[in-house]
Amino acid sequence: MRVCVVGCGAVGSLFAANLARLEDVEVWAYDLAQEHVDAINRDGLQLSGAGDVVGRLRATSDAGALPACDFGIVATKAMHTSAAIAATAHAFGDGCVGTVQNGLGNEEALAEHVERVIRGTTFPAGKIVAPGHVQWDVKGDTTFGPFEPKPAPAGEIERLADACTRAGMPATAVADARGPQWRKVIFNASTNPIGALTGLTHGRVCEDAALRALVSGLVDEGKAVASAQAIELDADPEDLIDHAARPDVAYDHKASMLQDVEARRPTEIDFLNGGIVRFGDEHGVPTPLNRAIWALVKGLERSW
Amino acid sequence: MRICVVGAGSIGSLLAGHLATVTDVVVLTRRTEHARALNEHGLRVSGRHDFTARMTAMSDPRDLSDFDLGIVATKANGVEAAAESLGGRFAGATMMTVQNGLGAEETMRAHGDWPLVSAVTFMSGTKHSDSHVEYILDTPTWLGPYGDTPFERVQEIAQLLVDSGLKAEALPNLLPAQWSKLIFNATVNGVAALTRLPHDDHYAAEDELADLGHLVHELVEEGKRVATAAGVELHDDPWEMNVLATKRGSAHYPSMLEDVDARRPTEVELINGALVREAARRGVEAPLQTAVYRLVKAREASYL
Repeated sequence: MRVCVVGCGAVGSLFAANLARLEDVEVWAYDLAQEHVDAINRDGLQLSGAGDVVGRLRATSDAGALPACDFGIVATKAMHTSAAIAATAHAFGDGCVGTVQNGLGNEEALAEHVERVIRGTTFPAGKIVAPGHVQWDVKGDTTFGPFEPKPAPAGEIERLADACTRAGMPATAVADARGPQWRKVIFNASTNPIGALTGLTHGRVCEDAALRALVSGLVDEGKAVASAQAIELDADPEDLIDHAARPDVAYDHKASMLQDVEARRPTEIDFLNGGIVRFGDEHGVPTPLNRAIWALVKGLERSW
Repeated sequence: MRICVVGAGSIGSLLAGHLATVTDVVVLTRRTEHARALNEHGLRVSGRHDFTARMTAMSDPRDLSDFDLGIVATKANGVEAAAESLGGRFAGATMMTVQNGLGAEETMRAHGDWPLVSAVTFMSGTKHSDSHVEYILDTPTWLGPYGDTPFERVQEIAQLLVDSGLKAEALPNLLPAQWSKLIFNATVNGVAALTRLPHDDHYAAEDELADLGHLVHELVEEGKRVATAAGVELHDDPWEMNVLATKRGSAHYPSMLEDVDARRPTEVELINGALVREAARRGVEAPLQTAVYRLVKAREASYL
């Protein structure tokens, strides 16, 4: 089978390099960073840290060079989904396209360009340390399921999950993948922007009781929006937030949005709190705190 | 009338400079170099007015001789120290506070029985050096009696300010004006400290769902509900004050934004904290003002 990873940043690279280890999978990567593409084609895609892997694959910054693929795995930042799938959709005329991105709205963006869409949520994390080289920080599970309005066939979703699992990226195919997605979105929307606005690490956000109460207020709104859609969260975001605050887990972790803000890069706020607000509006659930946080982070982006 | 101005930031400097043109002014500064600069060079006022005023300055309160009017123009978090340095002396003097937020009068009262005058000022200036302040906005200063201070005393002081070239008005009840400014400041300063945006047209924009104007509007509405519960009828609508201020053309940098940028302690406790505590005391829900208060406190904690 042939898989194309669309957006070969840290998370995309974890999928691409691991899948490339399988004999029966041919991996392509589409990415706009030419240096990264050249390094991958020259030396392979190297992972180090939680696992040491060198994946041999074909990378390109020219979407026209992509062959027809059975699967796409979209891993761009959420604000680049539309542009990335518009450029690459031709390769997935007969294939299925899944997302392993953050936030809400990515599946909808994919469905505007391709017919069979896979809803996905992934927890592994890493960072690019040099062109062609990714530091693999955290291992984690991935869940795939159908995007209900334009679903990929169950058998195909299972085929993709099976390939990922065999490649060392444990993945499960489920009938309803919204639970894990919303659990992660609520976690991220309730903690990332708080770090971004205050400059505090995850652990420090959680040990300030007043701030932790604000986090809970955001979580409660997210849960209410999920519940209005009959989505059952697969775990309580509150437990995950407290777990992550432990010194041996992620106390000192600077949320990716805080890193974005410090580097003055656009954040994914539109797809996190903005997504919760939009879905809340659709289902008549008020989300005043998520709306406030969304406006504050948008304001912060506009100050640059 | 002999006047002692305590604290020569931009507001203190504007008051001292103007008043020194019509009466005898002594300035009490925190830093010795600051007093020395004023004694050597006088105080230059530029901008809307242009003159240099001579005055006596000192940094040791023990060197102060009697005066008739003390104007405490420190930052809100400097009032306690100022009151303590004046405490037990100057029995014949009237003391006037011009701080942002609420509570300065109570702090003064705890240190002496002086007749007290409350003031809020909307003028603004920028200090270019210890002996040079630029007069930027010539909006008025409003004065009112605190406790049983006779209104005639307030009128006399307001007249002196007007004679010195400043805009001032004596009001029998200052609470409506004080609360208008409190709500305006809690909202605009809080949002500025978090977004790093100067007070510009973003604060009045309500076109897009995530535009900042929506949040500013809701913060103002919460503040107005607290004022109503406190039995205060506002002098000006803080939302209209906001819209008007953003139309002036030149973006103003609220002091809380300057404090956060310079990693200094802010006035959040006496502005946002005061409003949130009033809300709790009156049993009014103020979730968004509470969120802003907690976020600014946390931002401060990240660098202090």
